[in-house]
Amino acid sequence: MSRLIEVNNLSRWFGEHCAVDNLSFSLNKGEVLGFLGPNGAGKSTTMKMICGNLAPSLGEVKIGGYDIIEQPKLAKAELGFLAETPPLYPDLTVDEFLIYCAKLHGLRKASINKALNHSKEKCGLADMGKRLINNLSKGYQQRIGIAQAILHNPSVIILDEPTVGLDPIQILEIRQLIAELGQQHSVILSTHILPEVQQSCSRVQIIHHGKLVLNESTEGLSRRMSSSSLLLRTAQPADLAMLNNISHIHSIDELASNHYRVHHDQGINLAETLAKLVVNNAWGLLELSPEKHDMEHIFLSITQSTNNHE
Amino acid sequence: MNSFIIAGREFRTLFLSPLAWTLLGVSQLILAYMFLTQIDYYLSIQPKLIGIAGAPGVADLVVAPLFGNAAVILLLITPLLTMRVISDERRNKTISLLFSAPINMSDIVIGKFLAIYAFLLLILGLIVLMPLSLLTVGELDNGKFLACILALALLMAAFSALGLYMSAISPQPTVAAVASFGALLLLWIIDWAGSNSGNSSELFAYISLMRHYENLLRGLVNSSDLLYFILFIASFLILSIRRLDNDRLQK
Repeated sequence: MSRLIEVNNLSRWFGEHCAVDNLSFSLNKGEVLGFLGPNGAGKSTTMKMICGNLAPSLGEVKIGGYDIIEQPKLAKAELGFLAETPPLYPDLTVDEFLIYCAKLHGLRKASINKALNHSKEKCGLADMGKRLINNLSKGYQQRIGIAQAILHNPSVIILDEPTVGLDPIQILEIRQLIAELGQQHSVILSTHILPEVQQSCSRVQIIHHGKLVLNESTEGLSRRMSSSSLLLRTAQPADLAMLNNISHIHSIDELASNHYRVHHDQGINLAETLAKLVVNNAWGLLELSPEKHDMEHIFLSITQSTNNHE
Repeated sequence: MNSFIIAGREFRTLFLSPLAWTLLGVSQLILAYMFLTQIDYYLSIQPKLIGIAGAPGVADLVVAPLFGNAAVILLLITPLLTMRVISDERRNKTISLLFSAPINMSDIVIGKFLAIYAFLLLILGLIVLMPLSLLTVGELDNGKFLACILALALLMAAFSALGLYMSAISPQPTVAAVASFGALLLLWIIDWAGSNSGNSSELFAYISLMRHYENLLRGLVNSSDLLYFILFIASFLILSIRRLDNDRLQK
């Protein structure tokens, strides 16, 4: 597989503050990479460095084999970038703006129209061409930003928090669009919204205090999320001592009256054994469900454990 | 090529705001009035001039003062034109569009410069129409007239280059306007010090924009004056490019 983005030992200091610390990763063709991290983790700084908007203090970035510092024109031609705030000129119409962007990226006159219609259609802007950007809603402005990034058919698309400030329906549409883009382009998506990554990305990287703390495929992440506890609710109070006697059970928390969380070894399903026990003792089984770790938990545990190291 | 794309957008955007139209209207109105008073003055002294051999003509008594006044008006309006070209892009974060496009920093700066300069040349065109209207009733010294046009064209380029640089270093458009107005005014009057007592500094006299401009207005097209303007324009354009480059290296 061809590597479209290669980032090697990238670091960036702002004065004494180290925003990005020795970051290395690569992105293959057809991957959608989710770039996760709390606010101030260094996501935007990294994005800006990849796009050549910010010079790295150390390290190198290669886009499609071209170094962004040494051959910026060739590298940037492969790149579509949507910054945190979409770079729009409010007093232009959508068409005027997109044509300007197309020209900036060196599209020929003959192909501009086709590219314009294609990206407008993809982003749901087909009827908006004559509208003034200033008069459009935030959601539409965001779409224009994305349309601008895919206009010149770049092999790499970088989107910095593309769903911020959108309503739930628009967020769904944008996510769908990103998944669609992932089929033909490589996409880097930066966000602090976890479900977004689960839905649209094939790989996840978590960055915290400028360091890469997790680099995993979305499946790998799902495996990490597999359960190690069960939630149990009964009609009559259960005998905790009996439950504790079952092998592989570590501990039991009583959450409320007749409501328990049973912690057990990972990779073993105790639901059947537990159900039998409850039924045999006539405690009245009301609820028994494996507890899934959602990404929030993983995210918190990873970012907090790195906090403790410091 | 890329700079023409940027210049084209910038130039069109200028006319989407009332500022450009207002500047065109106001400068034209004031200059037309000044032109009229010069004509009036010329007509009043014309009878006396007839007797003198080699007396100053229309080009000296009407055109040169008109262009001199135009320079002062431009000193006031150019900072308003240049103030937002780069600092606004930075504030609205639209600069990232230019930074991530496959173009050079010099394309950006030259594009912006060309847009401002094209607008100023439009003003120049309108100013030139006034002396041209005199051709219907008399004659003009064409050589002096062309020297005046050249002088104003060079001065406009110098003003826009400096304004552009101030816009590149300023965080806010108003700061850029004040800074470029201050810098231009200072360069205009810098040779005043000591000029009354007759021991003015050679260096200050050379730096002064007005000295070189007035030489040209008198019809003296001197290569040292031309070189001064070319150096002035090139230095501020290069400084602007350096400043934009520095954006990526910010601490």
